[in-house]
Amino acid sequence: MASDAAGQDASAREAIEALARADTGRLLGALLRDIRNLQMAEDCLQDAMESALVHWSRNGLPASPAGWVLQTARRKAIDRIRRARNFDRKSEQYGHLIALDQQARESEEPADIPDERLRLIFTCCHPALESKTRVALTLRTLCGLTTREIARAFVDSPEAMAQRLVRARHKITRAGIPFEIPDPARWDERLNSVLSVIYLTFNEGHSATEGARPLRDELCLEAIRLGRLMLELAPGNAECEGVLALMLLTHARAAARFDDQARLIPLDRQDRGLWAPERIEEGRQLLDRALARARPGPFQIQAAIAALHAEAPNHACTDWRQIVLLYEALHGLAGNPVYLLNRAVALSFAAGPEQALAALGAIEAELDDYQPFHAARADFLRRAGRHEEAGQSYRRAIALSANDSERQFLAERLDGIA
Amino acid sequence: MKYLALIYAAPGAGPDYGTPEFGPYMDGYRKATETYRRDGVLLGGEALQDTSTATTVRVRNGKTETMDGPFAETKEQLGGFYLFDCANLDEAIRYAAMIPSAEHGSVEIRPIMDVG
Repeated sequence: MASDAAGQDASAREAIEALARADTGRLLGALLRDIRNLQMAEDCLQDAMESALVHWSRNGLPASPAGWVLQTARRKAIDRIRRARNFDRKSEQYGHLIALDQQARESEEPADIPDERLRLIFTCCHPALESKTRVALTLRTLCGLTTREIARAFVDSPEAMAQRLVRARHKITRAGIPFEIPDPARWDERLNSVLSVIYLTFNEGHSATEGARPLRDELCLEAIRLGRLMLELAPGNAECEGVLALMLLTHARAAARFDDQARLIPLDRQDRGLWAPERIEEGRQLLDRALARARPGPFQIQAAIAALHAEAPNHACTDWRQIVLLYEALHGLAGNPVYLLNRAVALSFAAGPEQALAALGAIEAELDDYQPFHAARADFLRRAGRHEEAGQSYRRAIALSANDSERQFLAERLDGIA
Repeated sequence: MKYLALIYAAPGAGPDYGTPEFGPYMDGYRKATETYRRDGVLLGGEALQDTSTATTVRVRNGKTETMDGPFAETKEQLGGFYLFDCANLDEAIRYAAMIPSAEHGSVEIRPIMDVG
């Protein structure tokens, strides 16, 4: 009997963990619609999960675990509102919650959980929140990552991350950040904020500035999951397709990016046999669909560049001229000196290092503190045979490097020309 | 919800009185205020004399102390405010963006605390 109980306990725990990962966004969205307070919605959901552990361990799983948790969380909300200092029996929210609870008691079937994730993601990615906060909040509320997991991904202390999340939830409530889908006049701008948060999450994992790699890869996978969700919620949107295609095409190279000592392998030396063909295929199909909509945007152009890399049999046969043009288009849409730097890199392969060096002049002042600028310049100078100047640029790039693997790579190149 | 829009700008950043740009700038304020009134979101709003006219008061041990000048010396100074009644932050941001000084200074939006 004792082992039976232990088994039931373990299966309840497992069911709750699976539920947290799969359904947190849906549950929080539904609760936020009823309660209009993200901190309280999260607290009630937490209470309901704890309660689920007790009940499900004792009685086994209910027919609809998510429905059970939603109903319980609503009752927790009713309790909290009743206990509040300024309890108002006639308040709209309270009346609404009581009515919902009544309906649930009367019906046999568990009610469908309304899908409010689109509103939720627009709220979490609101431009009035700091960008790191937007990422953290989105991972917490839509992906169901724990505060501890998010803190680890950002190399923050769990306390600091918890505080950041609490502050953000309070700001949403107190500053009146709406739980709404933006009106058409602001749709593009606000959608872009959401897609940027998703891509920032991906990049946080992909660029590996600090921290342990396995966790970082998880961030990439979460971002891809969010990209899929966003496309499900806003079907037919070309930039949604573009950002997902970009992430898939970039992530396809993941297995080839590091050697067995966790050192970064540059694109030209990667074993293309390790690239994931099914990711590339999915990314290309998405990109084709997006481009056919004739609504170009920065994510689609970046995805097109990633696709050209993915299609090339090797580094030398890459269509660098096309990539130069795409970076020009990207800079035209979203002026950014980093795009011009990337254009110069492509130009160095299309037309030679001297031409690329000439192109750096226009962005030199703006990118003087930017490590990749000096790494690129060092590479152009080395390939142009100007070793002494290359040495200076390598040293500058090493001094600006944020991680060991990058530093090591540059130091090896520097040794090579000494 | 009520929001206070605090208008900050560095002295001399906006058009000066007597220049050709000054007329359209003040017109911008008139038009913005009209819009706020028409949309029923305006609860109040004033322009302030510049910070050289400010006096800072504090009471310490029951004694009133006064100081000549603003509480904090900052490059951007508080020059005026609007008090809005809006549905949410998005609406407040939309109205605050109509304030002409937002083009050379900044507008800080602070929700009014509900102590009801």
